[in-house]
Amino acid sequence: MSIAATQKRGFGAVLWDYVTTVDHKKIAHLYLFAGGLFFLIGGLEAMLIRIQLAKPDNDFLSAGLYNEVITMHGTTMIFLAAMPLIFALMNAVLPLQIGARDVAFPYLNSLGFWLFMFGGILLNCSWFLGGAPDAGWTAYAPLSTTSPGHGVDFYVMGLQIAGAGTLIGGINFLVTVVNMRAPGMTYMRMPLFTWASFIASVLILFAFPALTVGLFLLMFDRMFGTAFFDVSLGGNTIIWEHIFWIFGHPEVYILILPLFGVFSDVFSTFAKKRLFGYTAMVFATMLIAFLGFMVWAHHMFTVGLGPVANSIFSIATMAIAVPTGIKIFNWLATLWGGNITINSAMLWALAFIPTFTIGGMTGVMVASVAADYQYHDSYFVVAHFHYVIVGGTIFGIFSALHYWWPKMFGRILREGLGKLTFWTFFIGFHLTFFIQHFLGLMGMPRRYWVFHSGDGLDLGNLISTIGAFFMAFGVIVFIINAILTARDAKAPADPWDGRTLEWATASPPAHYNFKQTPLVRGLDPLWIEKSEGKGKMTPAEPLGEIHMPNSSFLPFLFSLGLFVAGFGFIYQTDNKAWLAVLIGGMAFSLGTMVVRSMKDDLGYHISKEELEREAD
Amino acid sequence: MKGWMGKLRVLTLLGSIALVLSGCGRENLSALIPKGYGAETSLDLIILTAIVMLFVLVIVMILYVTVLIRFRKKKGKEDFVPKQVEGNKTLETVWTVIPIILLIIIAVPTVIATFDLADTKGAKDELNVDVTGNQYWWHFNYNGQEIQTSQDLYIPTGEKVYLNMKSSDVIHSFWVPSISGKMDVNPENENTMYIEAYEEGVYWGKCAELCGPSHSLMDFKVIAVSPEEFEQWVSDMQNVDPKAVAEGETAQEGQALFQENNCMGCHAIGSSPVQVGPNLTNFGDRSKVAGVLDHNKENVMKWIMNPESVKPGNKMTGNYPTLSEEEASKIADYLLQLQPSEITPESAGN
Amino acid sequence: MSHDHSLNPETMPHEPEKATLEGKNKFIGFWFFLGGETVLFASLFGTYLALHNSTAGGPAGNELFGLELVFVMTILLLTSSLTSVYAIYHMKNNDFGKMTLWFIITIILGFGFVGCELYEFHHYITEYGFTFRSSAFGSAFYALLGFHGGHVTFGLFWMIALLIRNARRGLNLYNAPKFYIWSLYWHFIDVVWVFIFTVVYLMGKVG
Repeated sequence: MSIAATQKRGFGAVLWDYVTTVDHKKIAHLYLFAGGLFFLIGGLEAMLIRIQLAKPDNDFLSAGLYNEVITMHGTTMIFLAAMPLIFALMNAVLPLQIGARDVAFPYLNSLGFWLFMFGGILLNCSWFLGGAPDAGWTAYAPLSTTSPGHGVDFYVMGLQIAGAGTLIGGINFLVTVVNMRAPGMTYMRMPLFTWASFIASVLILFAFPALTVGLFLLMFDRMFGTAFFDVSLGGNTIIWEHIFWIFGHPEVYILILPLFGVFSDVFSTFAKKRLFGYTAMVFATMLIAFLGFMVWAHHMFTVGLGPVANSIFSIATMAIAVPTGIKIFNWLATLWGGNITINSAMLWALAFIPTFTIGGMTGVMVASVAADYQYHDSYFVVAHFHYVIVGGTIFGIFSALHYWWPKMFGRILREGLGKLTFWTFFIGFHLTFFIQHFLGLMGMPRRYWVFHSGDGLDLGNLISTIGAFFMAFGVIVFIINAILTARDAKAPADPWDGRTLEWATASPPAHYNFKQTPLVRGLDPLWIEKSEGKGKMTPAEPLGEIHMPNSSFLPFLFSLGLFVAGFGFIYQTDNKAWLAVLIGGMAFSLGTMVVRSMKDDLGYHISKEELEREAD
Repeated sequence: MKGWMGKLRVLTLLGSIALVLSGCGRENLSALIPKGYGAETSLDLIILTAIVMLFVLVIVMILYVTVLIRFRKKKGKEDFVPKQVEGNKTLETVWTVIPIILLIIIAVPTVIATFDLADTKGAKDELNVDVTGNQYWWHFNYNGQEIQTSQDLYIPTGEKVYLNMKSSDVIHSFWVPSISGKMDVNPENENTMYIEAYEEGVYWGKCAELCGPSHSLMDFKVIAVSPEEFEQWVSDMQNVDPKAVAEGETAQEGQALFQENNCMGCHAIGSSPVQVGPNLTNFGDRSKVAGVLDHNKENVMKWIMNPESVKPGNKMTGNYPTLSEEEASKIADYLLQLQPSEITPESAGN
Repeated sequence: MSHDHSLNPETMPHEPEKATLEGKNKFIGFWFFLGGETVLFASLFGTYLALHNSTAGGPAGNELFGLELVFVMTILLLTSSLTSVYAIYHMKNNDFGKMTLWFIITIILGFGFVGCELYEFHHYITEYGFTFRSSAFGSAFYALLGFHGGHVTFGLFWMIALLIRNARRGLNLYNAPKFYIWSLYWHFIDVVWVFIFTVVYLMGKVG
C-alpha cells in the first residue's frame, strides 16, 4: 500500500513502527489493513456460499463445511471487517475533525487494535485446527453448546478478546470527543461523522458488555460444565437469545450510524451546501440509538414471547423508521439546490439513498409481527439485512475511503477505477440480493445448505450467484486502485474544497496533526474561513511545545498473552496440561500490565524550534 | 378487511409475477400463494406494508431523481456557490408527521393480526397434536387419539388444528409457508400455534432455525384431507396391529430382520410412545423417504444402508449393525408394505 | 506540566485528580467504563433472575443462604467504601501518609470480605454439594457472585500495586487520578454488592 511507498525506511523499521505505534493515524492504517484483509476472507466465504447455492442439490461444499462457512462469513463480516473498517475511519478522521492532536488514550487505542487483531486471528485459526464454528454467527444454544469439536470454542474466545478491544476503542472515542475538542468546537458544531461516531461509541459501551456476559456463559457451559443453557439442569436457551440480541441489535446501529455521518459529510461537501437540518440530524441519530436498545426482541418474534411482547417490540421497531426517514429527507434537502459534483465518493453516497430506502422499507415490513412469521429466518431477512448492512455500511465505507483516502495516505484514488468498482459492485449487489426477497417468500429458509430442484427456487438462486461475482470483481478493482494510487502525485491538503477541520491540515497530516490548535468559529469551520476570504484556520494558541505520547510494544504483548491463553482455555477441555498455557498466557498479560503501571509513561515534547523548522 | 384485501392481492400478485420471472414460486410451498389462514393473514399484512412502503419509496425516488437532474454541476457554472440553507421547520415537521401516520396505518392491523394468530384459547375443544422437533425429523402425537406418526402430518381441511411444539434437542422452527408462518420449537418450553388449511393438498414444511448440518434436509409434509377422509385415517391408524405379520415372503423376512437388529429400540410401529427415531406406522404411505428423497424402494435401501450419505449428522448412523444389500432390500419390502390406511398423500389430490 | 515532582500544600490544586488533561481523560473515561460495567452486571442479574428457581432438584437459595455471614460481609464492604472516602479526603489535603493509611485499612476490609466469601462458597460446596455444575441456579449464582468477587479481588491487587509503586515518591498530579479512579471503582463494586445483597440474599431468603 501507499504507506510503504511514502517512507524510505527498511521494512523492519516500518513494521516495528506500526507494531508499537500509538498514533491514531497509523492505527487507522492498521485497522484498515486488518479489516480489509478480513473483509476479503469474509467475501471469499460469501462466494463459497453463492457457488454452493448456484444450482439445486449442489454438493460443492459438504453440509458441515457449509455451516462453518456461513457462520464464519457472518462473524467475520460483522466483527472482523465492518467494525474495524469503521474504527479505521474514526481513528483516521475523528481527532482531526475536532481539532485534536490525538485521541484521549493513545496507548489504549493501540491496545484496542491489537486485542481485536489477535481475537480475529484466533477465530480464524479454527479453520486449520479441526474446523470453524458452525452454529451460525448468532450461536444459538443449545446448538452452540453441543456443537462437537472446538469450532464454537474458537468463536467464544476469539470474540471475547476482539470484543474487549472494541469496548476499549469505544470508550476512547467517547472521552476524545468529550475532552479533546479544539477551542470553539462546541458539541453542536461537530461534524456529523464525529457526532455519529460519538453516538455509536455510546452504543458500543452499553452493548458490548452484554456480549461479554453472553460469551462468558457460553464459554463456561462448553468448557467448564455449567448449566446456563442445559435444559436438563434447569437451564434456559432463550436467555442466550435475549442477551445476544440485547447486544446484537445495538450492534447493527453501531455498524450503520458512523456511515450516516460519512454520508452527511460527503453530501454537504460535494453539494457545496451546509447540511440541511443539522440539529434534527443530530437528534435523529440519538433517537435511533436510543430506540436501538428497545427493539432487540424483534429478532425473536417466532420464539413464542406472546402477542403483548411481540406487539410492543413491533411498534417500537416501526418507530425507528421516523428518525431514519428524517435523515433521508434531510439528505435529499441538502442536495436540493446544491451544485453537485459526482465522483466516486459521491456515487457511493448517492447509491446509498435508494438502496438504504429499500432496506428501510423491508425493515418496516419485517417489523410487522404477523407478517414476520413468514419472513423470519427466510431469505427475505437475508435480503433485508444485506440491503442495510451492505447498502449502508459497505457503501458508506467505500464512500468514506474515496473521500478520505487523500487524508489517510496522501493520494487520491483514481476516478476511472473508482467508477468501475462502483458500477460493478452496485449492479452486482442488487442482482444478488433483490431477488432474495422473493426467494424467502417462495419458501427458502436462510442457512440452507441445499434447496431441491422441485422447489421452484433455481432461477432466483442462479441470478443471485451471478450478482455475487460482479461484487467480487468490484472489490478486486478497488484493491488494484489502492495499489496503483501509491505511485500517483501527492494530494493537496484540501482536494475536495472541504468544509471541516480535517481539510485544514496537510494530507497526510504531521504526526501532531495541527501545529497550532485551530480556533473554531462555527459549523463547517474551514468553510467559514474560506467564505470569509481567509482560506485557513486562525490558531487558538501561540506556537509552543507539543506534548506527545510514547510508542509502546506492550499492547501487542498484552494481546499476545491473551491470544495464547485463549488456546489454553480451548484445549484444557481435552488435556489439563493446557491449563499451564492458560495460566502462562494470563500471567504474561498481567506482567505487561504491571510493567505498564510501574513504568511512568510521561511522553515527550516537540520543541517550538523543531516546529518552526518544519514547513506548513 | 379480507374482502378488499382479496382484490388487492390479485392485483399485487399479478404485479409481482411480472416482477419475478419465476412467478410466485412453487404452489404449496410459497408464502405468496396462501392456502391456509395463517399464510393468508400474513400475506394481507405483507401486501399492506409493501404498498405503504412503496409509496414512501416512490416519493423518495421522485425527489432523488429530480435532485440528480436539476442540481448536478452544470457547464459554465462550476464555481456556483449555493445558498447555505440551515433547515426548514415546516418541511421537517411534514416529513416527521407523515411517516408517523403511515406507521399507524401499518401498526393497527399488525397488532390485530398478531393477537388473532396467538389466540389459542379454543385449543381444548379442537384437534391437538404434540409436535416434537428432532435432529432432523418431526414427530407428531395426536393428543388423546392414540396415534403417533412422524414426518407426514395429516390434518382435516377447514378447521383449526392446534400444535403444541417442543424440541428434544436443539431449537427448530416449524414452517409450512403456504399454510402458516413459523414458530420456534424450543427445548425448554411448549409453544402452541394453530394451523388451518383451506383446501386439500400436500404442503411442504421446512425447519427454519439452524439445527445442524442437515438443517436444510429436515423437510416434512402437511397432508390436508377432507374431514371425512381424516376421520377414516384416524380410525385406520388407531386399528393398526403393530405385531401383524407382513404380507409377502421377502417382507416377512424383512420383518424378522427388523426385530433381530432391534430396530424397535428406536422406531415404533403403532401408537407406542417410543420416539428415539421416527415412528414407522404408515411408512409405506409417506410422501418422501427421510423427508427429502423420492418415495421408492431404491431410496429406502439407500437410507438404511448409508443414512450419512443422505442426512449428514443424523442420529441413526452407526447405531445399528451393518446391513447387506439383500438385508436392506428385505427390510425395505417390509417397511414399504406398512400402509395401514386408504388415506394417503394421493387422497389429498397430489 | 508538573507531574514529575510532588506537591506541597501551597501549589496543591483543589482537585488534583482532574488538574491535568490526562487526569480529566482518566476521570471521564472511567465513568464511561463503569457505565459499561453496569450493563455487564445487569446482564448477570438478568440471567440470575431468570434461573434462580431452576434448581433441578438441588438445593435452593432459602436452604443455602445464611444471612448472618452475608450481613458481616455487607458491613465489611460498606465500611471499606467509607474508609476509601477518608483516603480520598486526605489525598485532596495532600496528606500522603494518612491517605496510604486509610487505603491500607480499606484493603484489609476488602480482604476480610473476600475471605468470608470464600468461606461461604466452601461451605456450600462441602455441606450441600452445591457447585456451579449442580443446576442452572448454581451456575447463575456463582457467575454473579464470582464476577463480583473477582472484581473485588482485582481491586485489592490493583490498590496494592498502586501503594507499592508510589510508596516512596508521594502524591503528584500523575498518580492522583490513579488513586481517585480506584476509589470510583471501589464504590462501584460496593453498589453492586448492595444489589446482590438485596436481589440474591434477601429475595432468596424471603421469596
